[in-house]
Amino acid sequence: MNALLHQIFSGLAMGGVYAILALALVMIYQATQLVNFAQGEMAMFSTYIAWELVDSGMPYWAAFALTIALSFIGGMAIERLVIRPFANAPVLTIVIVFIGLLLIFNSVAGWRYSYTIKTFDSPFPGRPWFGNKYMSAHESGAILVTFAVLALVYAFFRFTPLGLAMRAAAQNPVSSRLVGIRVGRMLAIGWGLAAAIGAVAGMMAAPVVYLDPNMMSGILLYAFAGAVLGGIDNPWGAALGGFMVGVFENLAGAYVVGPEIKLSVALVIIVGVLVVRPSGLFGRTLVTRV
Amino acid sequence: MAALLETRGLKAFYGPVQVLHGLDISVEEGGITALLGANGAGKTTALRALCAMIPSQGAIHFGGAAMKARRTEDIVRLGIAHVPDGRGTFVDLTVEENLRLGAYARSDRSAVAGDFARVYGYFPRLEERRRQQAGTLSGGEQQMLAISRALMLRPRLLLLDEPSFGLAPIIVKDIFRILRAINREDRVSMLIVEQNANLALDLADHAFLIETGRVAIGGPAEAIKSDDSVRRSYLGY
Repeated sequence: MNALLHQIFSGLAMGGVYAILALALVMIYQATQLVNFAQGEMAMFSTYIAWELVDSGMPYWAAFALTIALSFIGGMAIERLVIRPFANAPVLTIVIVFIGLLLIFNSVAGWRYSYTIKTFDSPFPGRPWFGNKYMSAHESGAILVTFAVLALVYAFFRFTPLGLAMRAAAQNPVSSRLVGIRVGRMLAIGWGLAAAIGAVAGMMAAPVVYLDPNMMSGILLYAFAGAVLGGIDNPWGAALGGFMVGVFENLAGAYVVGPEIKLSVALVIIVGVLVVRPSGLFGRTLVTRV
Repeated sequence: MAALLETRGLKAFYGPVQVLHGLDISVEEGGITALLGANGAGKTTALRALCAMIPSQGAIHFGGAAMKARRTEDIVRLGIAHVPDGRGTFVDLTVEENLRLGAYARSDRSAVAGDFARVYGYFPRLEERRRQQAGTLSGGEQQMLAISRALMLRPRLLLLDEPSFGLAPIIVKDIFRILRAINREDRVSMLIVEQNANLALDLADHAFLIETGRVAIGGPAEAIKSDDSVRRSYLGY
């Protein structure tokens, strides 16, 4: 029983990472109807930046904040320089651009930081919180950070004029221009936010999975499974899906399929959801009149 | 009265197809101008060209100066609000959020609260439904919302694209009565595109008949309405 609870709780902690990354995927998806396959590698690169800053002697939380800011700027720059020229390109072209980005980030990280696995210290060292015997301090802290990110993103989109304008631009670009919203700028900010949110996911994952250029490939798959499970057009559904996938994955790894092939759990979830309920648990069924 | 908006030789294209072949129209400051004509004459295209939603050539003067703004988002900031064809509702947002977006381009955010009261005064139905998803509104209510969203800009010029389209006659009558009130009380000039010529000529003080992308006849609405030959050949009643 203790072991089971332990598995569930650490599943929740990793699920938080999937939830944040799923949220980043949804953010791009809502504006472009495309899944950014490079989201994981962008998060990995951000995590290396954080590592470099901490390594150079910067206190953890300062490095954390600076990494998020740099990732935001980097995300906007990627949209401007790499994505925008393909704004009217066919879907497959853009998918190839995403895969190109993925390879570039992976290789540049390997070239600059080497492929040797590095440790990345948790900002939450020491003993478990509140005498919680099922979760390490890092796991508790990661969940706390996840909720903080979710709350901030919710407040931003729900209560600020910029958040409202971004939702409007994603839904109806033509009407948005007619009320004076600069749709291109909103898209760039969306990429910036997705990159910033992804950076948090990377920094929370790194103490668990260690830092190497391929650290996010599995995590991106789980995050994608979470997004599909919760509904890729619903940010809160996708975040909840991320948590659920985290728990499934951990339980399946511990009791069903073993840790070696547990990544296939993500695949089973993706295929299963697409077969049984393509819009996900909380997604909207799209009805097109023909 | 001086012209608030004036176009000279306005040409517009959908890809290789030229739709406007040198359109000369004007809207008086404080006036209502109607654009009439058959389907495909270029009425909607004229409104789209004014807002730079499609590429165009020719001169556009607004407020006494040549309009330099080249992008839709900048033209909005001159005080030109467009109630588009199909209403352009943000269907997943609430009524109130739709209205808030209408005021997005304004810099005087503090005056916006008063404008909510003003549009809710014109359309009390919208206030009742302000927390509702705009996509769940009826067609008439969405038209009211589209007009209200445009009013939230506090525009100098309101472009209306077929506000009567697909609505029951009683609702159309109501909307046109309110448009007249908006014109008189808030001094908003209007350029209105209508299929229903009778209705538009009652509201407007000036009208242009458009035929294949050019002005066929222009003049005071009264004169056009009472000209039997014009009525028979262009308006079909």
